[in-house]
Amino acid sequence: MEFGTPKAVEDLPPLTPDAVVDLSQERKDARTDEILNALDDDLIGLVPVKTRIREIASLLLVDRLRARFGLTSAPPNLHMCFTGSPGTGKTTVAVRMAELLHGLGHIRKNHLVTASRDDLVGQHVGHTAPKTRDVLRRAMGGVLFIDEAYALHRDSDRDYGQEAIEILLQFMENHREDLVVILAGYRDRMDEFFAVNPGMSSRVAHHIDFPDFDLAELESIGRLMLAENGYALATDAEPVFRDYLALRSTQPRFANARSVRNAIERARLRHANRLTATTDRVGRADLMTLRPEDFLASRVFATERPEPGTPT
Amino acid sequence: MRVTQGSFSFLPDLTDEEISLQIAYALDRGWPCSVEYTDDPHPRNFLWDMWGLPMFDLKDPAGVLLEINECRRAHPDSYVRLNAYDASYGRQTTAMQFIVQRPAEERSFRLVRQEAADRRISYTLEQR
Repeated sequence: MEFGTPKAVEDLPPLTPDAVVDLSQERKDARTDEILNALDDDLIGLVPVKTRIREIASLLLVDRLRARFGLTSAPPNLHMCFTGSPGTGKTTVAVRMAELLHGLGHIRKNHLVTASRDDLVGQHVGHTAPKTRDVLRRAMGGVLFIDEAYALHRDSDRDYGQEAIEILLQFMENHREDLVVILAGYRDRMDEFFAVNPGMSSRVAHHIDFPDFDLAELESIGRLMLAENGYALATDAEPVFRDYLALRSTQPRFANARSVRNAIERARLRHANRLTATTDRVGRADLMTLRPEDFLASRVFATERPEPGTPT
Repeated sequence: MRVTQGSFSFLPDLTDEEISLQIAYALDRGWPCSVEYTDDPHPRNFLWDMWGLPMFDLKDPAGVLLEINECRRAHPDSYVRLNAYDASYGRQTTAMQFIVQRPAEERSFRLVRQEAADRRISYTLEQR
């Protein structure tokens, strides 16, 4: 989705000190609500995340207005840290963030550069700085997303991760208006990372925690994914899908939305297999509808109700 | 003597904002930029030293300007120029090139004559 950039502040007429501005009209002009509502519709749950994004949007809007009154302030610090369990949408939100900040006129380009430890940290002395700078240069004007940022730090004298962190810090401080850095990682590992790099923690203004999805949210996510792929659940498959999610979420290595996606992938596989094995003639509805047996064949149900004769 | 070469050579030196706009123009056309420097601006010296590799995959002028400033800081008394290379088939050439820094005091050139066989005269430029 493209929202285009709002007009640059320089192109708008400056305001006199006694002018009064209609804020709702300003919101409309900047298309803030349009952008935020699109986000609301596309992302299920994630209330704390959305609240913070709304706050940021308001700040950017107010900053634009202030600039038109001639009130100058330092560019806001929008570096963020996303923490949360696997599959809670950290990467998805980061991708949307570039679009969002571009739409709100904070960054010049709608682009996101994803980097991991390998892209930033070098193999030998003098290798790290050019590598890190190269990534930072590419990300300028947009968003730099560092997934699993805690991997940058390793407890070893011979590791060059610390060098990358220092360059990163320097850029985060000096190029605030050119670059937004988003760090992401699992909560406990990121806490350890910040404990050894307090400077990093204080330079990140927004620490956003991604909560786990509850069952109802997982179900809506599943429906959204199915709809995106042109599938639907048969009426009698709906309770089965719900049971499946309830069971799966209690099992180890449950990865929230990612597990839902995998479950749907496997159901599609069984669905295709069932169609080719059992019927010769299929219609559009057959190709679209997932039936209970597509989910019931799952290993998740097998552990719950062992079939007679199978060793557990 | 003011050395002129490349694009915009007839204009006063560009400001950083103007340089940014030119870089944005190049990047929008998919021309990767590179920075070069030299202390020998002789017109025959077209191979200047490279400041790092050409910058591929950049989308925003701020990244290129950053390298220009790094190069300026490292070589304050050199000429620094920006190249934008058009790699598209059929062109494959430098599409834009202009000087972004010159030393505070520029040296000039003088014409040197040399008499060769049969009273022929060869001319060349020599930096003073």
